[in-house]
Amino acid sequence: MDAAGVAAPAPRRSVGHRLADLFHGRPRLQAGALLAGPVGWLVVGYLGSLAVLLITAFWSIGELSGEIERAATLDNFRLIAEEPVYRSIAGRTIAIAALVTITDAILAFPLAFYMAKVATPRLRGALVVAVMVPLWSAYLVKAYAWRTILSEDGPLNWALAPFGLSGPGYGLVAVWLVMSYLWLPYMVIPIYAGLERIPDSLLNASEDLRARPFYTFRRVILPLAFPAVVAGSIFTFSLTLGDFIAPSLVGSGDQFIGTVVFSTITTNLPLAAAFATVPIVVMVVYLLGARRLGAFEHV
Amino acid sequence: MRTQDANPQRTAWLVIASLLAFMLLFAAGCGDDDDGGDGTSAALEKVGQPEDQLDLIAWAGYVEDGSTEPGVDWVTQFEKQSGCQVNVKVGNTSDEMVQLMRTGQYDGVSASGDATLRLIEGNDVNPVNTDLVANYADVFPGLKEQPYNSVDGQMYGIPHGRGANLLMYNTDTVKPSPGESWSVVFDPKQASKYSGKVTAYDSPIYIADAALYLKTHQPDLGIENPYELDQEQFDAAIQLLKEQRDNVGEYWSDYTKQIQSFANGDTVVGTTWPYQYLTLKGEGKDVEAVYPSKEGSTGWSDTWMISSDAKHPNCMYLWMNHIIDPKVNAEVAEWFGEAPANSKACQFTENKNHCDEYDAAGERYLDDLYYWTTPLTDCGDDRGEVCKDYADWVQGWTEVKG
Repeated sequence: MDAAGVAAPAPRRSVGHRLADLFHGRPRLQAGALLAGPVGWLVVGYLGSLAVLLITAFWSIGELSGEIERAATLDNFRLIAEEPVYRSIAGRTIAIAALVTITDAILAFPLAFYMAKVATPRLRGALVVAVMVPLWSAYLVKAYAWRTILSEDGPLNWALAPFGLSGPGYGLVAVWLVMSYLWLPYMVIPIYAGLERIPDSLLNASEDLRARPFYTFRRVILPLAFPAVVAGSIFTFSLTLGDFIAPSLVGSGDQFIGTVVFSTITTNLPLAAAFATVPIVVMVVYLLGARRLGAFEHV
Repeated sequence: MRTQDANPQRTAWLVIASLLAFMLLFAAGCGDDDDGGDGTSAALEKVGQPEDQLDLIAWAGYVEDGSTEPGVDWVTQFEKQSGCQVNVKVGNTSDEMVQLMRTGQYDGVSASGDATLRLIEGNDVNPVNTDLVANYADVFPGLKEQPYNSVDGQMYGIPHGRGANLLMYNTDTVKPSPGESWSVVFDPKQASKYSGKVTAYDSPIYIADAALYLKTHQPDLGIENPYELDQEQFDAAIQLLKEQRDNVGEYWSDYTKQIQSFANGDTVVGTTWPYQYLTLKGEGKDVEAVYPSKEGSTGWSDTWMISSDAKHPNCMYLWMNHIIDPKVNAEVAEWFGEAPANSKACQFTENKNHCDEYDAAGERYLDDLYYWTTPLTDCGDDRGEVCKDYADWVQGWTEVKG
């Protein structure tokens, strides 16, 4: 690289020109300079923090001081594997994540279909905005709003009282409700994009061939839109898997992976790090499955 | 254009290899550095020119500048006099405070007894030269050179005040009144009446509350000190907490969340700090709080400690003197609902009986209170090293919550 600097003994040239000379005819250098920033960020900032997490998981803490002792040990992973409480927490978290994903898919599909295929362009624009609007307000505000809604004296109980009913209160049902609400836009948008790509001519052809609407849906729309559903499910599933704020606000002390990591960070950082690898492993498996289902083909 | 060896697999391997190299470098780098106690470990000789800032970690209600409630302010005056701009971070649990102190970004902390030992042991705090804190002379003798704030007669902080965790209940819903006993939250028969509306403190240290209850109600377990539990006693306490779990609506560690829950009726009975009780009472809510004298209670004796990495040590010394100034200490004690550390503070409380009600001199009940402290393997008696340490408590607490 320094050869380039010497190569041009021309009379005083600007830095810009010399840089241009340096990159001229060197496609690899061009690509390298262009990618240095993003790749550097990916490796150092993104993967680097994951690496730190993984390394910390092998450390332990001292008895009295609670300070981290940097000697490799597998104790944390052994504890997580052997203590039934960690297994049931992981199971509960994955179950809620799956439930939220299914709920969101069921809610999002008809809405996205209406937006993509039925609504007039004007209405479609309005609906897209309506779906996105909740994303404009802060996560915490929405979670706290739900805490108020579900509260004993909250609007939900007030509205249900005349019918002799009462809301679910805080607990697992509340967590499921709130998570489904929070992540719904992340499911609607990919499905909407996926459905929009299906040419109307295919639906017409199916009708011309005398397929009933439901048959068209099952054999034409669903297979074509399925990768989009899987893509959306990656968001809803992974976001639920790692969340700790909603469970701590509307859960009734039921622990999730996120809440355990959050509360263990202050008492036993290495154990928290070890437990935080569980969602990583789950997501790797999930993403491999999603790839087989074609979620990444058109995204 | 030259040919590119665009073999994606090879590129992928290169990325993985460089990542591994990075990880190894990082691990090696970490192994070398000996963190904790980067600063000096000696007490200050003399308070010099104050710096312009002071970064504190404190319990809710300890550092008030009038923003919580106008008129409740002992920070502004300090800032004017000393020139130290005070920044405060409220800690919800002792664990959180220890964690924050380890970042080295704070000058001092109002640490309870279960944090102090960990901070001293971890070289996170420096000894305090009490000669530089003029008001220290008036601190109640019962708070000086205690096992939780000193080592071999060397003070590691300035006592702030002490108090007891209380049993709070909603007077509308909880009938008959639970009396001065924790049974309403620990006896499954009584607690199930309020199932889903019982609350408990979300920290492993709460195991001591269960142990204290068992001390009275299951004397055959032989519990002497709720922080020194051997396997059998510990298991019994965990079992009791697991039974309680069925009736708990939510665990609190964020005091604002607890205030909200009691205000909304989501929670009707459970352990609390006087601060939440006084706040709810101030809002006119139907709550009452009692000191359960049948079993006694856990509590805290707090100490202002100075970080070994303090960037503003002079400001911190000025603060430690300020917070136990008789007038200021009286204000804090009344605002939070605890006994002041400075004996002269009793003359300045608005409620003239404050010191008597909170037993500031430690003559009635404060002396028998079980202050938060860090559980250790060494039981501290002839049982030897068979007790459960804090790591076990943390583990046990995770199991309780399930």
